[in-house]
Amino acid sequence: MTKVLRKIASSAVLATAHVVTGVRGVWAGCAPSSEQRIYFANHTSHGDFVLIWTALPKAHRADTRPVAGADYWTKSALRRFFVGDVFNAVLIDRNAPSESRGNVLAPLIEALNEGHSLIFFPEGTRNTGEEPLLPFKTGLCHLARAAPHVPLVPVWIDNIGRVIPKGEALPVPLLCHVTFGAPLALQDGENRDAFLARARDALLALRSRDGGDE
Amino acid sequence: MTFDSPMLYLCTGVFGVLTLATATERVLFRRSKGEASPMLQNLKERIDSWWIMAMFLTAAFLVGRIGMVVLFAIASFLALREFMTLMRTRRGDHWALFAAFFVVLPAQYALIGVDWYGLYSIFIPVYAFLLLPIVAVLRADTQAFTRRVAELQWGLMTCVFCVSHLPALMSLDIPGFEGRNERLVAFLIIVVQGSDVLQYVWGKLFGRTKVAPTVSPSKTVEGLAGGLASATLLGAALWELTPFSPLQAGAMAFVAALMGFLGGLVMSSIKRDRGVKDWGEIIRGHGGMLDRLDSIVFGAPIFFHLTRYWFTV
Repeated sequence: MTKVLRKIASSAVLATAHVVTGVRGVWAGCAPSSEQRIYFANHTSHGDFVLIWTALPKAHRADTRPVAGADYWTKSALRRFFVGDVFNAVLIDRNAPSESRGNVLAPLIEALNEGHSLIFFPEGTRNTGEEPLLPFKTGLCHLARAAPHVPLVPVWIDNIGRVIPKGEALPVPLLCHVTFGAPLALQDGENRDAFLARARDALLALRSRDGGDE
Repeated sequence: MTFDSPMLYLCTGVFGVLTLATATERVLFRRSKGEASPMLQNLKERIDSWWIMAMFLTAAFLVGRIGMVVLFAIASFLALREFMTLMRTRRGDHWALFAAFFVVLPAQYALIGVDWYGLYSIFIPVYAFLLLPIVAVLRADTQAFTRRVAELQWGLMTCVFCVSHLPALMSLDIPGFEGRNERLVAFLIIVVQGSDVLQYVWGKLFGRTKVAPTVSPSKTVEGLAGGLASATLLGAALWELTPFSPLQAGAMAFVAALMGFLGGLVMSSIKRDRGVKDWGEIIRGHGGMLDRLDSIVFGAPIFFHLTRYWFTV
């Protein structure tokens, strides 16, 4: 029963994403593939991981898991169904006390060890300001250290912040692109800040001229 | 739809031309020995897309009025989505945008479906024009307010109001032409799109002098003159599809093709202003829905009103 529901729900999400955003994947720096990857993207809306997921090859979707904040996504049964059953998300506790910070990323590393790909938002929260991209939290670097064999693919999502701005429940139809860049990895001897800066630049480099306000 | 000889000629003609185009393109491809130029590649994609568009149109024609209303409602939705993507909307426009897509657009086509001329002819120019700025002002974001409101209204006028005049042709009450209105839709589409193709062909063959170098560098005087003249002849040749005499059909075709050309220029300068070459990529080889509709947008309301004024009771 849940399996049928899950299938219906995921088709509905895909169809909605196409009707509302006409989303197109642009494979600028790598080819679509089902190899294990960590996709890291800019985060402006709850629609973000849906768009990346829609742009991925069909066979790759089932084992690509978005990383989502537990505080938001466990609030209602509907959210739990979508994030848990439809997208099989890995939930992280963003409000954990600082002494247990080290364990916050443990479920992600476990998922990587099981062979899953991840969709990860290194800004840590949705960006609703004027800046195109917030400074990265350290999480991306921890992931790169814990799973050095997994390529990190930068993914720039255009326009979705205009489709569902923060605080709005309903989407408006505007075209979106999801641009996949060239994979990168943590280099020998590279320190945390240098790596995070390099990853952030690689992501920003994919940014095309957005529509929207100037 | 009554399927008598003019309609039979029409279908044979349209699909005959497409078959001929595909055959020519295949021959050119074979001659290129696997090294097809980008132009030939684009030509192939354009022709393939024309097949798909012709099939959608034929299906809508067979269903009749409702099919036409639904098909052009979808085309309007896709066009408005492309248009608003390139405009500079802000968070404060969210409700107004939502209303434009999910209230105004369906309402306009529903009014055409129920044939309420008195309301569908003023619904967007009057009611949407007044109500959407009110919806926008509720969000209390005053930055660039005039520009934002104007851009949304312009999107609705071009992509929804103007395009909806194609299915609206179905409701014109022309004496002696009852039950054959879909032929007017076919006539207008064939003449305007034919004019686009013919301008392209004339331009490629004889184009020397640019007609609007800053707005649309690929358009030439020779292409324009040849295209308009041959579209006029094409319209006159199709007079049996219409309630017009051959001379009237030629004149109507000329006006529609001229408006199509000028409309194409206007839409081009919007694209240029926003720094893009195409509106989108939904129709392979052509670009976006609006790249195909831009000439119809300006031709349809004029054709509709000329026909309504002179030929209806």
